[in-house]
Amino acid sequence: MGKTTAEKIFAAHRRDNPSGENVVLDLDVVMCHEITTPIAINDLQERGLDRVFDPSKIKVVIDHVTPSKDSKTATQAKILREWAQRQNIKDFFDVGANGVCHALFPEKGFIRPGNTVIMGDSHTCTHGAFGAFAAGVGTTDLEVGILKGVCSFRLPATMKVNIEGSLADGVYAKDVILKIIKELTVNGATDRVMEFVGPVVDEMTMESRMTLCNMAIEAGATCGICRPDKVTAEYLWPFISGDYTTIDEAVADFSKWHSDPDAVYDSEITFDVSDLVPQATYGFKPDEVKDIPAMDGTLVNQVYIGSCTNGRIEDLREAARILAGKTLAPGVRGILAPATPLVYNTAMAEGIIQIFMAAGFCVTNPTCGACLGMSNGVLAEGEVCASTTNRNFNGRMGKGGMVHLMSPLSAAAAAVTGTISDPRQML
Amino acid sequence: MKTFKGSVLFLDRSDINTDEIIPAKYLTENSKLDLKPFILEDLKLPGFDPERDTAKAQVIVTRANFGCGSSREHAVWVFEVNDINVVIGESFARIFRQNMFNCGMLALELPAADIDAIMALGSQVAIAVDLDSSSLTAKGEKGEATFSFELNSFDRDLVASGGWLAYADKKY
Ligand code: SF4
Repeated sequence: MGKTTAEKIFAAHRRDNPSGENVVLDLDVVMCHEITTPIAINDLQERGLDRVFDPSKIKVVIDHVTPSKDSKTATQAKILREWAQRQNIKDFFDVGANGVCHALFPEKGFIRPGNTVIMGDSHTCTHGAFGAFAAGVGTTDLEVGILKGVCSFRLPATMKVNIEGSLADGVYAKDVILKIIKELTVNGATDRVMEFVGPVVDEMTMESRMTLCNMAIEAGATCGICRPDKVTAEYLWPFISGDYTTIDEAVADFSKWHSDPDAVYDSEITFDVSDLVPQATYGFKPDEVKDIPAMDGTLVNQVYIGSCTNGRIEDLREAARILAGKTLAPGVRGILAPATPLVYNTAMAEGIIQIFMAAGFCVTNPTCGACLGMSNGVLAEGEVCASTTNRNFNGRMGKGGMVHLMSPLSAAAAAVTGTISDPRQML
Repeated sequence: MKTFKGSVLFLDRSDINTDEIIPAKYLTENSKLDLKPFILEDLKLPGFDPERDTAKAQVIVTRANFGCGSSREHAVWVFEVNDINVVIGESFARIFRQNMFNCGMLALELPAADIDAIMALGSQVAIAVDLDSSSLTAKGEKGEATFSFELNSFDRDLVASGGWLAYADKKY
């Protein structure tokens, strides 16, 4: 019987089988940020277990609130910083070099096809875009990951998501995943791996695949997975060119992680996206999604472009297509948070930062920022934000605020018109 | 091992998320006890008052997909420091469920009809979980009923060990 990608990764990393349903996996990468890790570090210290299983496999960043905004966040950063130093963790990214974890770590080449990855962060599913098994975990799992290099999972059932057809201009990976979440609902993929396949995924850049996988958790999935192929190999080439003589050789090697043709899926769904129009959320759950034309005219106070979903260079380029030569609608505040220093630099070199600034946007440093309402860009009661982030929970960006999730292109359209608007009419 | 019984707090809605259980702004607290007053602070349910209604509860009974959203274990700790060691629902988000067992606590799944039956027992219901017989007994003004649940050997070992860290430290 054939295996799915997730089953192959599980088989290659199995350390233990504590019950018929549970598997303990060896981990290739344990990622840490300053919100969920300090409490793990403190607990390990209190238990006299202040050690790490392998400093080279631990990647650390301060990203959620950075530079620190108050004494509490400064303390979190300090605990993480001192721990990284004490444990000899070389891959540590602090102010000036830091950026949103799920954008920064892929950019550094830390995630490879077939890897097992955990982080104390639900959007760790993003890294499945590389053909890895990457899952968000809580603090206790993170502690055990740091200490022992293992994590337990239930055996993964895989949902195959075929994305057929072709995307119209102005319709984007974000629209595709919002549509999928709408159809599946917020728990439609709970305890499952979502494997995204089909011609639309094959055509996607790594950035778009990361957008897809990033929101798999919003349908409840453990991880999103894309097939590692030439696009993957080209993205990773600067980091793997020592391991392979040609890109084709890397592609051939990566194919060992592809699901077998006779793999058994738990379920299978197909979306034809040829007629898909731009999508946005209207409520406080990520499955409350409508076609943007049906929401036309909804007033916005703030537009936020950034985050691990849509703060990458491709996203900024898309938004700039609409913003070039235009300005923010009166009364609308625009905030751009490039997800990493490399994204920021590239956008500067391409004149994109200038386009945003000329339009009237505030450009912040790379950070999670308004996405989780812990530092800048917090909404006041009754305010509305058109946002490229991934969560619209009540209060997420500030108590009493409303967040409409959408693509960077649609967010740029809202910035210019002051209302939720169909970006296709502005291209 | 923790104790798994006491008065029930009903949260009669599906998809209660981690932001409703403990808002992100409290994630900067570095001690579990500091979370105590903020339990379910942002949860809006008709007639629900977080402070008043959680004061006497040791068990939560809820609907489907409880604990969806972020990976924050704070959503489990805020229950733990309020002496709530059991959540019973139709289903749970994966990370929340795993975090509960990782802390030696119980997230028990029952069919929707059983949840209905527990809710029908009245507004003052007490539940006692018996791990040995894989059953729980609920007693309210309108009667008493026993329900069985399934729990695999690994989840039981986690609860008996007091959580995943103690289990893993010994075994790996
Ligand atoms: S950008 Fe938002 S969703 Fe992504 S890691 Fe940061 S807080 Fe989480």
